[in-house]
Amino acid sequence: MADIILEMKSITKEFPGVKALDNVNLAVERGEIHALIGENGAGKSTLMNVLSGTYPVGSYTGEIYYNGDLCQFKTLKDSESKGIVIIHQELALIPLLTIGENMFLGNEKKNKFGSIDWDLTYNEAEKHMRQVGLYESAQTLIKDIGTGKQQLVEIAKAFSKNVKLLILDEPTSSLNDEDAKMLLDLLLEFKKNGLTSIIITHKLNEIIYCADKATIIRDGSTIETLVKGVDEFSEDRIIKGMVGRPMDDRYPTREHKVRKEVSLEVKNWTVYHPLYHEKIVDNNISFQVHKGEVIGFSGLQGAGRTELAMSIFGKSYGSNISGELYLNGQKVELKNPEQAIHHGLAYVTEDRKVNGLILEESIRFNTTLARMDKVCAKGIIDTTAEKNVAEEMTTAMGTKTPSIEQKTGNLSGGNQQKALLGKWMFTEPDILILDEPTRGIDVGAKYDIYCLINQMVEDGKSVIMISSEMPELIGMCDRIYVMNEGELRGELDAKDATQEKIMSYIISAAN
Amino acid sequence: MSTKKETSGASQFNLGEFLTKNSMTIALVVVFVLFYFLTNGRLLYAQNMSNLLLQNGYVLVMACGMLLCILTGGNIDLSVGSVICMVGGLAAVLITNHGVSIFLTIPLCIIVGLLAGIWQGYWIGYVRIPPFITTLGGMFIFRGFGRLILDSKTVSVQDAAFLNIFTAYIKIPGLDTDTRILSPLVIGVVVVAIIFYSTISSRAKKAKKGYRQNSALVDFGRDIIISAVLLFYCYLLCQYKGISVMLLWVVAICLIYHFITSKTAFGRYFYAVGGNEKATKLSGINTNKVYFIAYANMGLLAGLCGLLCLARVGSVNGSTGTSFEMDAIGSCFIGGASAYGGSGKISGVIIGALLLGVINMGMSIMGIGDSWQYVVKGGVLLVAVIFDVVSHRKSGK
Repeated sequence: MADIILEMKSITKEFPGVKALDNVNLAVERGEIHALIGENGAGKSTLMNVLSGTYPVGSYTGEIYYNGDLCQFKTLKDSESKGIVIIHQELALIPLLTIGENMFLGNEKKNKFGSIDWDLTYNEAEKHMRQVGLYESAQTLIKDIGTGKQQLVEIAKAFSKNVKLLILDEPTSSLNDEDAKMLLDLLLEFKKNGLTSIIITHKLNEIIYCADKATIIRDGSTIETLVKGVDEFSEDRIIKGMVGRPMDDRYPTREHKVRKEVSLEVKNWTVYHPLYHEKIVDNNISFQVHKGEVIGFSGLQGAGRTELAMSIFGKSYGSNISGELYLNGQKVELKNPEQAIHHGLAYVTEDRKVNGLILEESIRFNTTLARMDKVCAKGIIDTTAEKNVAEEMTTAMGTKTPSIEQKTGNLSGGNQQKALLGKWMFTEPDILILDEPTRGIDVGAKYDIYCLINQMVEDGKSVIMISSEMPELIGMCDRIYVMNEGELRGELDAKDATQEKIMSYIISAAN
Repeated sequence: MSTKKETSGASQFNLGEFLTKNSMTIALVVVFVLFYFLTNGRLLYAQNMSNLLLQNGYVLVMACGMLLCILTGGNIDLSVGSVICMVGGLAAVLITNHGVSIFLTIPLCIIVGLLAGIWQGYWIGYVRIPPFITTLGGMFIFRGFGRLILDSKTVSVQDAAFLNIFTAYIKIPGLDTDTRILSPLVIGVVVVAIIFYSTISSRAKKAKKGYRQNSALVDFGRDIIISAVLLFYCYLLCQYKGISVMLLWVVAICLIYHFITSKTAFGRYFYAVGGNEKATKLSGINTNKVYFIAYANMGLLAGLCGLLCLARVGSVNGSTGTSFEMDAIGSCFIGGASAYGGSGKISGVIIGALLLGVINMGMSIMGIGDSWQYVVKGGVLLVAVIFDVVSHRKSGK
């Protein structure tokens, strides 16, 4: 008989108007890594919030058994006291406090007078940091360490709470491949010591790499649980479970019709950091894009790709920018995003919540924002025209929403991305710059976005795609540029590009 | 049985939603009724009702500008009271002490208000000095200038032409005589006709294009209530002097700013900046300019308010306009503007200002002193915002 640490039975959770979870079952064995997968909005995070007590007992139906006991968690503290710790996708760390302060926030180590015992705090903090392989001083400020290390701090914090069952919600979504692998290896290491983990992720290769079992959730219901070694445990098999049908081709095919005309050319582009003016972020970069071409930018986090794109897009990043920019052979200077937009550039940000959408506003509001002039006559908004174009873009992007008046903040990640794309497609760009366009969204939505890219180049437009997912670049691009540490390290034809080749460019650069 | 359910399901009237959406309007009605009884009906006297809008006219005008500042991210302008003192003082001194023509004085004074706004808007928008600090500075600077201009004296204005432009009552030959005033009712009937015509034409347009719309009961019910209130108010105005020019100024300003915030591209940018400045900037919108315009415009309206106050009170001294900014800010927040920016409407601000006005007037009629009025006003502001925050939390925003 298997040693079940957690069993969730017929969990049903309703929000006003939506059944987020419908009779979901989940059984997790002690000491395994259990992956929870499903498209955006399938109900994974809701299920974990039920488990952790974020949604208190009574707000859902069904039963939770932990170590065989029926659990009735009312708050997060209740579940944490049992050793269930959840680490959310958006890290809950305070940038201007130290690692140690963050680790014991709300749980401070006090001496007998009731004031904080700093020696004990930092000592304990460093002890837990060593456990996760983080060799920093506990007095370092959170803002001074990278995202990868911040993720480790979160895990160390979980250890300080004496974790038995660790739940990670998209732990690698903001990490580069290297840091992500390190994190997964760490989980495998903990597994040896008996820690049970539940991992929610969109990255199927990570599941194959580290998980023992995978439970697939679709539309609020459990579809199946695949067991490594028993069932077929492959990416294709999992995708089939997620979307309900096999997906033969993850990248839609297109005829490569790269034209001769160069639509955008950048020469000797150098960008300095906006605050530290002596720090070079992009050094002497030259590249070009043809009409009907998709080019990719590969590289690790911090390679300077986003900064390059934003500095080209009307100097929206950086200081002291030098270099030349040619659009259709004409030298131009784009001083601000407004000029960039009017010259046919569009930049779809990697961070849709921070730089992309106005979450408190509707899809309609967001769709027209970058080109209000198209729905205005003499500065006065034609509300009918605005509604029409918003409907049009929503349909064209395949955004799933009850209406165009829906607040974008209430949409799922994939639909937010589509709403954001709709906003930029409305500007009718000739050159579309996509920064991590498929980050944190599900397979179905990814496919839709790939189709959109193909449609763009079919019409003779150009697409520049920045992505940390190498298979995506290899699958979608005509040419790939590799960047590292602010410099262009190489250029590959996508036909002969492999992940190994790209990696070798990055690594050779490091030496 | 089942048919009944279906009909109510199509365009359902949801009481809970109705209450949350119109909470401040309902509060205004409740407070009004309460004071009506507490004052033994004196609140509804024609003179009091006429004065309600005239006394609070300056608050409404300032609040329209303040809303734009608040929309950009909960930023407020503390200096408006001082600008009122400075501009009002300048006008009084020019007219009374130097005999300058009002046709020169009025534009000049409004330009001075605008310059004060431009001064602050420049620092806030282009140099990014926090608005609180900038306008706190402005609050002292303009108050000081005001006192310098007035030479620390009280200056009054008797120029009939000046007072007429702002405070006269309209007399339409043929309708209004010394004994009988009809013009408010006639204007009221015209406005009601316009309201019904616009509802009917908008419904017809929606029906033609197949858009979803409210049930006829809701749309016309709303129109009937608004019309009834409006006609009753006009009826009261007929009994007391008629329509004041001041009222026209205030209504015009409210309509203009309602139009700007709801129908123009630039009005929308205020909401965008308050909602997410970074995203707005990347959408090709000059966010610096949005801040600049918000504060420059506030200066302009404060300048106009300076003239309105001078005309209504008849004189200016060094402490004119003290804490006026708080009435404007309070009206915005009571009227549902978000303290974080990005949401708020002119219609809400009007309700907020009227709510404060009714409380002030009701308590004054009852003979309750200034001190208690402060306590109640503060309490209402806090309760309104608490209610707003809590009701949004419950609806799962």
